[in-house]
Amino acid sequence: MSSAITTGFVPQAKTRPPRTPGENYLNVAFGVKSWLLTTDHKRIAILYLVTLTILFFIGGAAATVIRLNLMTPNGELVPADTYNKLFSAHGIIMVWFFLVPVVPTVLGNFLVPMMIGARDLAFPKINLLSWYVFTIGAIITLWALLAGGVDTGWTFYTPFSSKYARTNVLPTMIGIFISGFSSIMTGLNFIATMHTMRAPGLTWFRMPLFLWAHYAASIILVLATPVLAMALILVGVERAWGIGIFDPELGGDPVLFQHLFWFYSHPVVYIMLLPAMGIVSEIVTCFSRKHIFGYVFVLWSSIGIAVLSFLVWAHHMFVAGQSVYSALIFSALSYMVAVPSAIKVFNWTATLYKGSIAFETPLLFALGFIALFTMGGLTGLFLAALGVDMHVHDTYFIIAHFHFIMVGGSVMGYMGGLHYWWPKMTGRMYSDFLSKLAALIIFVGFILTFLPQFVLGYLGMPRRYHVYPPEFQVLNVMSSAGASILAVGYVLPLFYMLWSLYAGKPSGPNPWGATGLEWQTPSPPPPHNFDETPIVTTGPYEYSIEESALVH
Amino acid sequence: MSGPITPTRTYYRVFAALIALTLVTVYVSFLELGPWHTTVGVLIGVVKASLVGLFFMHLLHSSKASWLAVLASLFWLGILMVLTISDYLTRHILEY
Amino acid sequence: MSTNHAVLAHHFENLEQQRETAAFGMWIFLATEVLIFGAIFTCYAIYRLRYPLDFEAASARLNVLIGSINTIVLLSSSLTMALSVHATRVGRQQMLLTCLLLTILLGATFLGLKVVEYYQDYKEKLVPVLAFDPDEWTQIEGVEAPVQPQRVQLMLVFYYIMTGLHAAHMIVGMGLLIWLVIEARRGLLTPVRYMPVEVIGLYWHFVDIVWIFLLPLLYLTGTHQAPPWLPIPPIHF
Repeated sequence: MSSAITTGFVPQAKTRPPRTPGENYLNVAFGVKSWLLTTDHKRIAILYLVTLTILFFIGGAAATVIRLNLMTPNGELVPADTYNKLFSAHGIIMVWFFLVPVVPTVLGNFLVPMMIGARDLAFPKINLLSWYVFTIGAIITLWALLAGGVDTGWTFYTPFSSKYARTNVLPTMIGIFISGFSSIMTGLNFIATMHTMRAPGLTWFRMPLFLWAHYAASIILVLATPVLAMALILVGVERAWGIGIFDPELGGDPVLFQHLFWFYSHPVVYIMLLPAMGIVSEIVTCFSRKHIFGYVFVLWSSIGIAVLSFLVWAHHMFVAGQSVYSALIFSALSYMVAVPSAIKVFNWTATLYKGSIAFETPLLFALGFIALFTMGGLTGLFLAALGVDMHVHDTYFIIAHFHFIMVGGSVMGYMGGLHYWWPKMTGRMYSDFLSKLAALIIFVGFILTFLPQFVLGYLGMPRRYHVYPPEFQVLNVMSSAGASILAVGYVLPLFYMLWSLYAGKPSGPNPWGATGLEWQTPSPPPPHNFDETPIVTTGPYEYSIEESALVH
Repeated sequence: MSGPITPTRTYYRVFAALIALTLVTVYVSFLELGPWHTTVGVLIGVVKASLVGLFFMHLLHSSKASWLAVLASLFWLGILMVLTISDYLTRHILEY
Repeated sequence: MSTNHAVLAHHFENLEQQRETAAFGMWIFLATEVLIFGAIFTCYAIYRLRYPLDFEAASARLNVLIGSINTIVLLSSSLTMALSVHATRVGRQQMLLTCLLLTILLGATFLGLKVVEYYQDYKEKLVPVLAFDPDEWTQIEGVEAPVQPQRVQLMLVFYYIMTGLHAAHMIVGMGLLIWLVIEARRGLLTPVRYMPVEVIGLYWHFVDIVWIFLLPLLYLTGTHQAPPWLPIPPIHF
């Protein structure tokens, strides 16, 4: 009984139908049908994992060609219009079809029910539907991007997108519109699950920070995505019928589109980031064997980021012709987002302080996240300043800034989470050496790719051009060299993780000695997660209790 | 969400109020109010929507979580409207 | 208890939790809907503030009679929907079926009248691009500043997108209602399993609320010609 209390897990008297020993969610049924018609959140997470990995490498391929083209000032590799289509495809795939869904739909889907001690998400069928909707949207968009392409960039600014572009704007937007519903379904499922399906004893303030981060991200998914849907409908109507909703010649205002677009697309950055922050909170506590420093502060900073993220969108539009007063307010509000973000970084650092740190692979990725996110976040403050933004707007400074946040932050966090929970998902351990090597390669490659871009942007190299003055070549070659290192870093995990499925050592239920309900189940977990509904008696991250229990 | 069963009497009364308010709002549109038509119409609309929400949708007896969803959606709608419209209302003050 | 067992899905602990989750899930979805309609309401508000005279002129031409009748039709359908929830919870199967069928009938009446109205708009040349006469808008009596035809088109575009989106929601709602009728006829909607009616009712009432705002924003924003039998006080603003 004492061991049960120390892990915060007490079996409840209520019994479930008996389960054959060794049965888990992977071997409970076989065949294509058992996967395509599953409502098990864990299997749906695997479906998403496969889909999103494919999309990640397609988006990455576009980036590779972009970087290769920028090796030389004249851009000899691809013609200008192909270059435009490449960076549009890269942005569209990476934002909507990788970064936004990746952490919630893969790790969130797998872990949210397990972490709250439930057998599934609140709406399992809607969860499966979301994968189908997402896949249909992705196929439509991919088809549009491959059969002709789009040259508007991922931002679809009017009136170019609504009037002048002669590329596949409409089909691409339809694909994005459809996939938006999958975002809404996922967010809705998470919020409903966390409100109504927490295990007995798991109060709101005992929830792991991973869950709080997903709750905050779900708020954004549910409340921001519909505005994008409407913006896309309006552009579609204008484009199809030539009506001037955003056309100044016909009485419309193109800046209004930017308002709607960024009302979604600024918070969307935090959809990518918040779940990754949740991952980092889990990893940092586990590998420093400490309770998180300032649980309540980290928790409320997640909610604070979710709310504040909606109050800053027009800092993308400082040079677009909005009112001076509006720009001033948005500039001031943008600074405020720094407060909850900084709280998180300081609290992770304080958690690591004097912890007994084990430098396992997930922690390496989490440390990479903290470093790169801090740099990305601080340069974001430069951009929130009206005067500086005028200078660096639409330059490589912006590109470097948001790649530090999205790739250095979100992708690093995702990789960390995937390495952290991979033993739980598959029951296998991957190569320790290769995974640490990959973490190192990704970090070095990332710095080499994007640090020169800050300089390039500050010197005035605009984004989205396929040629540049010769004096920028050295920095561009550095960046491209870094990108090839980065590519190696991303391909490497694909191999050792697949290899671990066949030759990996069995990991056991809790290879990291972590707290949290998901580690109380066998790896891989049984179909309904818990044989008995758990009762939670402590908060998360009670590593100190566990250590003392081990002594006795 | 197994709140009390609303008696049919309540539904009929709310319905009567809704019809009366509809007649009022249509009648007001015949007056020469100029730009105030929209204001008056939307205010009456808010009253009608509240009646539908509270009684037909049982918000009166709903959980805190449902209220949270309602209030959050209205709060976020407020953010969208206030911050966007404030841009348009202040553009003429200072040209640049 | 055996009936309860069939109603309770495998991943819930008890019926209360299942009901709570269903209602809350629908409320979150409606929050999404508030924002999707809110986005176009925001666009409407901005252009309404920018081009007040053009919007009022265009609004005055819309068919306020059909708009008002449709409002009453829709409010009545909300009443019958609310009564369906009551009927399910007290276990009156016949009343439930009647109320659901009435709701469907009223919804169909709404959509039918909407089609008639669209057709009349078309005949009156109120459809941008498709059937629109710019010249008739440049000389309207009683308007101090000239009305610009493309701004009138803007208002009309909002009219079609907003009512069109609303009608699309109505069609979805009627599909759900037909499913409810099938469930009711199979005797599957009981005082134990009443949540399908409650949740679809929430959706139906929300669509009603959207229309409650569409009426003043689209139809009643301009000053309309009163019917001759209606006494109008001489207020001039």
